[in-house]
Amino acid sequence: MRPHQFNILKDIDKPLLIIYVILVFIGLANIYAAEIEDTHTTIFDFSQSYGKQIIFIAASFLMASIILSVDVKWFSTFGYAIYWFFIPVLISVLIFGTEIKATKAWFQIGSFAIQPSEFAKFALALAIAKYISSVKTKNIRFKNRLKPLILIAIPALLVLMQNDVGTTLVFGAFVFALYREGYLSGIVLAFIAMAMILFILTLLVNELFIIAGLAGTTILILFMIQKKKAAALQLIGLCIALSAYVYSVDYVFENVLQHHHKERITVLIDDEIDMRGPGYNLNQSKIAIGSGGFWGKGYLEGTQTKLDFVPEQNTDFIFCTIGEEWGFFGSTALILLFLIFLTRLILLAEKQRSSFSRIYGYCVASILFFHFAINIGMTIGLVPIIGIPLPFISYGGSSLLGFTILLFIFLKLDTKKLERF
Amino acid sequence: MIAIFVAIGVIFIVKLFSLQVLDPSYKLSASQNILRHITDYPARGLIYDRNGELLVHNEPFYDLMVIPGQVGEIDTTAFCNLLEITRESFERRMSEAKQHSYYQGSIFLSQIAKDSYAYIQEQLYKFPGFYVQPRTLRNYVYSTAAHTFGYVGEASQRVIDNNPYYRPGDYVGISGIEKYYEEQLRGEKGVKIKVVDALGRETGPYQEGRFDTIANAGKDLYTTLDIDLQLYGEKLMQNKIGSIVAIEPSSGEILSMVSSPSYDPNLLVGRVRGLNFRQLHTDTLNPIFNRALMAEYPPGSVFKVISTLIGLHEEVVYPGTTLSCPGYYHSRGITVRCREHPNPVNVKESIKYSCNTYAVNLFRDVIDQYRFENIQESYTNWRNHVQSFGVGRAFNNDLPYEQRGLIASPNYYDGIYGSNGWSSLTIMSLGIGQGEMGITPMQLANIASTIGNRGYYKTPHIVRAIDDPENENNNFEEKHNTTIDEEHYDLIIEAMFEVVDEGTGRFSRIEGIEMAGKTGTVQNPHGENHSVFIAFAPKDDPEIAISVVIENSGYGATWAAPVASLMIEKYLNRQVDRRWFEQRILDANFINPEKHPDAE
Repeated sequence: MRPHQFNILKDIDKPLLIIYVILVFIGLANIYAAEIEDTHTTIFDFSQSYGKQIIFIAASFLMASIILSVDVKWFSTFGYAIYWFFIPVLISVLIFGTEIKATKAWFQIGSFAIQPSEFAKFALALAIAKYISSVKTKNIRFKNRLKPLILIAIPALLVLMQNDVGTTLVFGAFVFALYREGYLSGIVLAFIAMAMILFILTLLVNELFIIAGLAGTTILILFMIQKKKAAALQLIGLCIALSAYVYSVDYVFENVLQHHHKERITVLIDDEIDMRGPGYNLNQSKIAIGSGGFWGKGYLEGTQTKLDFVPEQNTDFIFCTIGEEWGFFGSTALILLFLIFLTRLILLAEKQRSSFSRIYGYCVASILFFHFAINIGMTIGLVPIIGIPLPFISYGGSSLLGFTILLFIFLKLDTKKLERF
Repeated sequence: MIAIFVAIGVIFIVKLFSLQVLDPSYKLSASQNILRHITDYPARGLIYDRNGELLVHNEPFYDLMVIPGQVGEIDTTAFCNLLEITRESFERRMSEAKQHSYYQGSIFLSQIAKDSYAYIQEQLYKFPGFYVQPRTLRNYVYSTAAHTFGYVGEASQRVIDNNPYYRPGDYVGISGIEKYYEEQLRGEKGVKIKVVDALGRETGPYQEGRFDTIANAGKDLYTTLDIDLQLYGEKLMQNKIGSIVAIEPSSGEILSMVSSPSYDPNLLVGRVRGLNFRQLHTDTLNPIFNRALMAEYPPGSVFKVISTLIGLHEEVVYPGTTLSCPGYYHSRGITVRCREHPNPVNVKESIKYSCNTYAVNLFRDVIDQYRFENIQESYTNWRNHVQSFGVGRAFNNDLPYEQRGLIASPNYYDGIYGSNGWSSLTIMSLGIGQGEMGITPMQLANIASTIGNRGYYKTPHIVRAIDDPENENNNFEEKHNTTIDEEHYDLIIEAMFEVVDEGTGRFSRIEGIEMAGKTGTVQNPHGENHSVFIAFAPKDDPEIAISVVIENSGYGATWAAPVASLMIEKYLNRQVDRRWFEQRILDANFINPEKHPDAE
């Protein structure tokens, strides 16, 4: 074991490690910026969020080194066990958990609250990787396709019951990984994307226009594939189905969605919405980011976030602080940093000889990407406000620890990328 | 998958570019979000009398302001109890404030007195979005000269629309010198920019106060008023309707301007202003109406001094021209009555005894001069002479809302009688100051002043100096000469002296003061005659010229002349020795006629 441990720093992927550390400290610096008031001078004030974040970072580093020192086989061996460990935990949080902001997702232990759903992500990633890598046949059957979906659905439903829609949607991010492994066809993915686009479009434009557009597109394609009768019939059927879907959107929107979900969608598409009510968060977020200008107001000079205009300024809306204080320059740099990080993850995943490592790598990339896209997208008004943290940056022990575990398991697997196991 | 990452990254960067670099609106929103502009209201300028006596100053009070966008969840019931307002009132004030602005302060409750302020301020931290703004209100040391000062009130929407300086809740002078000298009195507002957080708590000055501006206090006004004379005049006018205007002839400075009945200027200050204003407005005696500037009366016999000066200037009479008065003037079926007096009379005696016959003859001779081709031309010539005394035209001085008075134009008579349908006979009542003639008390005083100056006047005005007693107001230095040759004045002044010394006004003679005056009794179709008197003293180098009008009281010699006499004695001697004479005036009551001293 001695030589193994000795080599770990040499074998680990340096770019990912470095970016991880940078992101964590960017997070700490901005949590400090969002919270700092004249009365608190030192960052080592453990009663404040930035002080607590230091503790979380220390815990994360400790956890990271533990993971790196564990044998790689351990993760594939205990993949299911870890998954099945977290399912009863998610159930018990529904019973014994503490409700914070209408979400029953927390175990309160002293002054700290632990959110098990943050850890369920890496557990699910391990289980998915374990299952798919265990399917040795090239001919994937329906049963094989269904099983990973069930693996996803169990924790997703439990988290939904906690009333945590954001994290539930994160579990949806696994479809990217499934798609990569051929467990989900591109057509299904395209259908999901199309359904989402049509949903928003229907709320924006009169549905007659959309149906006219659909019919027009169908006729155009029909002309291009004149000969193939079967395909033409399928296409017409699809067009009718989509039209029906478009008509059902209004019904779903008005009757199925909860009030605050509706509002979060409405604020995106309706300029006239009351900026003091449902539109407040988004409006304040955009004001904070927009007021940053090109170069930003400078570190600790932000006024919108520091003076509490932006809600959840150190967790879900941490990007506002960055946008305000570091401007377009800083926010773009952060986005590029994330893109490099995610791209590097994908590239490394591709290089894995072990299918378990590869699939796990895709899961990690999918989850981090989903968080990144949704979190930043919501602060700048591109996607509805879904309360999920920005990985490594947002304040919170559970999320930081969860993401660290998620990432470092992959980094550990990656040190043995040439091995099959 | 990498393609999706890059696509999303590009979309984010483009959106950020438009938010942060291209769209300036968020930067504006941000500064409104965090900055609270607290207006620093300067104290309004003080007002002094001509001897440096303080007349008007300011008293502090507090406005409770609200920024609706910063009002969080508050205990409305506790808040209403604190302010002693109803729930409905709270809702109404809140919605008014919201209508004004979400991000700027609006007045929530105005004019909180000092003692309630301390208590409210203590509790205010519980109610984010509310803060207190110190202001000042006018306070009048003496309950006097209400019409001169005018009053101050909140700027109306029209004022705000027309002048970017004013914002809702600002005060602006609405009448009197508060209006005319608004720009000097108000000073310049300053602004203190405070940084506030989302809960509306002030966290300190913005950028160490670099963008704060300091309020400039309003400039003080040094008026021409003599407060002792003003107070005395108002006292004499108690229970009478009418006015007194006293002017220093050499400068045109108004020594006092009394309009009676008047009101306490402190009534039109602060929260009670609206209520009191309505009450004053519905008062049948109309105390708000400034009779000194706005009431037009036919001048009656006092006009004979102008009319006679025109006769002398036009050489239709000479000092020695005599006429025997039969007690009336009669021509073509029209009779003008005259009173019993010694006969025959020359020019001087016609003034002294106020002979109507002589005045009408003289007037007709002026109008019927051969050198004019028609009545229009000759009447215009006469009218120009009259107007050169400042009659029938506005002074455009520093007292707003004056009336111009009326000297009918030839077109007016053409319109009634046709251009060939009128003659000196038609309009002969003008010769005795009746008919189509309206002159304000201010103009009457100016006539006295003009004669005292022997042919010129300086526009009557109320402010002597601004900001500093030495910084004199030079806007009213110009001499306005009459069209009458100066040589004719001495005779008229002598006549006016005799009016007081031994003529119709002898009753009002002051021992040791050479006073020149002219009585007038204005026929009033609606009741008792108006008593009118103009005078100046000392006759050779006058220090005070005065007009007195007392409505529905009787002869000019009986009421107006004694009041003028007392005012002149008060001003020149600084005290009044004729106690019984004074008491008679103080006792006179023409508002409740049962107390009329002459009513038996």
